[in-house]
Amino acid sequence: MKTDMSYSAVMGRKNEIMKKAVGIDYSVFELGGMRFDYERMMHEAGYSLEEIEKIQSMTGVGNTPLLELRNITKLARKMAPAGYGARIFIKDEACNPSGSFKARRAATAVYHAKKLGYKGVIAATSGNYGAAVASQAAMHGLRCIIVQECYDSRMVGQPEILEKQRACEAYGAEVVQLSVGPELFYTFLCLLEETGYFNASLYTPFGIAGVETLGFELARQCKLSLGKFPEAVLITHAGGGNVTGTARGLMKAGAENTKVIGASVDLTGLHMASDKDFNRKSFTTGHTGFGLPFATWPDRADVPRNAARPLRYLDRYVLVKQGEVFYMTEALASLEGLERGPAGNTSLTAAFAVAQEMHEDEIIVVQETEYTGAGKHPMPQLNFARSNGIEILYGDPDKEIPGKNIIFPDHPSRIKIRDFDLRKAKISFIKNCISTYKPESISEEEIQFIASETKMEVSGVLSVLQEIGMPLQA
Amino acid sequence: MQSGKKGDWVQITQIVFEAGSRAPQVPEDTQKVPLQLWVKGYLQADSAIGETVTIITITGRNVTGVLTKVNPGFSHNYGDFVPELQRVGGELRSIVFEGDSE
Repeated sequence: MKTDMSYSAVMGRKNEIMKKAVGIDYSVFELGGMRFDYERMMHEAGYSLEEIEKIQSMTGVGNTPLLELRNITKLARKMAPAGYGARIFIKDEACNPSGSFKARRAATAVYHAKKLGYKGVIAATSGNYGAAVASQAAMHGLRCIIVQECYDSRMVGQPEILEKQRACEAYGAEVVQLSVGPELFYTFLCLLEETGYFNASLYTPFGIAGVETLGFELARQCKLSLGKFPEAVLITHAGGGNVTGTARGLMKAGAENTKVIGASVDLTGLHMASDKDFNRKSFTTGHTGFGLPFATWPDRADVPRNAARPLRYLDRYVLVKQGEVFYMTEALASLEGLERGPAGNTSLTAAFAVAQEMHEDEIIVVQETEYTGAGKHPMPQLNFARSNGIEILYGDPDKEIPGKNIIFPDHPSRIKIRDFDLRKAKISFIKNCISTYKPESISEEEIQFIASETKMEVSGVLSVLQEIGMPLQA
Repeated sequence: MQSGKKGDWVQITQIVFEAGSRAPQVPEDTQKVPLQLWVKGYLQADSAIGETVTIITITGRNVTGVLTKVNPGFSHNYGDFVPELQRVGGELRSIVFEGDSE
C-alpha cells in the first residue's frame, strides 16, 4: 500500500517519525499531564560539560576570544551619569568554524547522529544553524539536508537567507528551499521519513547542552582575567536555546549571581507566516516573532519536549529596534575594528544601553558575534529594505514601525532598551499549559513544576492561578 | 529557449500545496499563494526550462519537478552604497575621541 502523504496524514505520523529521527524516547521523562522531568532529560539524553568540551574541540569549536570593547564602553560612559557605564566585553563567536555560536549546537548534534549510526542529518533552519550543521556534517562525513523558508511567492529571497543557502551548499549540503509558510514542517517530516536521516533539531538536550560551554567559558574567562564573574550577560533571544544553554553554563561555572538578560529585535506588527510581511523585516532571527512564542510555549518546536526553556533562566527581557542594531553594527566596525553580522549584534545594542545603568566597576558580557558577508550585512539588508518600500530615516528609533521604516538614532544617546514584562510572558506560559493539558484543577506538583518552568516563587504562581480563575486541587 | 543537458547542475521547483489548500493556521495573504519548493541537483535527461524533469540531488535523492534554471548561481551582494550607514562611523568617532588630541 502506498504511504499517505497528505498534510494531515504526515502530521499524524509526527511522533513516530520524530522518535526514529532523534533517537530519544521522550515518554520516559513524562510525569503525567503538563509535568515532565527537565533535569533528568538534560542529564540522561544530553552530555556532560566535559564530554561536550571534548566533542567540540575535536572540530575546533569553542574557546573563542573574549574581547573588551574599550571604545564602545567609552561611548556608553559619555551617555551615562558620572560613575556609570559598565565595562563591555564581547565573546567573538564568529571565530567558530561556521562563523557563529551555532557551531556549538551543531557539533553535539552531528556527533550524536554519527555515534548512533545515522547516514545523514536534516535541519529546518533559515539561519546560521544551517551552515553550522552543514559544516559539522562535512567534518564527520555525513550527508546533510537543510530546509529553509527562503522566498516569498514572487521568488524574492531575503539576502541573509540566500547567503546561508550559499554557505550550506559550499559545505556540501543539499538545500531545500520553500516559500513562506508553517507547512515547512510538513516537508521536513517527509524528508526525515524518506531519508531516515537524523533530525539535527535545534531543541534536543544535546543541542542545548552544546551551548553550555559558551556560558561556562565566558564565566571562566572573566574570572581568570578580571578576577570576578560578570554582573550581567546579554544574550540575543529567538528560539530560546542561546539563553538556556548560556545560563546553564554560567551556573555550572558557579556564576550564580550573574544576571541573564535576553534581547530581541522588536518586530511587533509583522506576521511571521505572511507572504507580504516576509520580506518587510530586516532581521531573520533574534526577533520578537520567535522570541515571544518560543518563550511562552517552548514545546511548539520540532521535538516533543523542547530543551530550550528560556523562562526558566531569564532575569530580564529587553527589546531593541532594527535601526539601533544596524547602528551598533557600524559602531562595532568603526570603533572596535570588528566587522560582524547584524543579527548577532542585537545583544550588543541592548548591552550598550544596559551598561549605562550599571557602575563603572561592573562587567557586562555580550555573548556572541556572527560572521558577515554579502547578503548578511547592514548594506544589503538596507538596500533590500528600500527595494521593499521601507523608508530609512534618522531620528528617534522609538518611532520605528516594523515593515514601514527603519530609524537610525540621530545620536547614540537615543539607543535604549524597552523592558518586556516577563510576568506577562509567564502568565501566557501558564495559560498555554492549561489550554494544552486541560487539567480540571492544579495539583501541588504542578504548582512546583510551573514555578521551576517560569523561575517564579510558588506564591507568585498561586497568585497567577487565582487571577486566571484556575482552581487548586483539594 | 534555454535548455539543460543530462548531467547539468540545475534547479527545479514543485508546488507542495496549491493556493487555497494551505494549512488552516496560514494568514489570508499566504492562503492565496501556493507553497512552493526549490531544490538543486544533476539533470537526468536533456530538457528545456519549464519541462518536468528528474534530478539527483547532492545527497542522492531522486526528485521530480519543473526545470527553472541551469547552472543556478548566486546574485546576493552588498548592493548600492547606503549613505545613512556612512554617517555613523564619523559621528561616533568624533564623540568618542573628542578632546583626545589636546
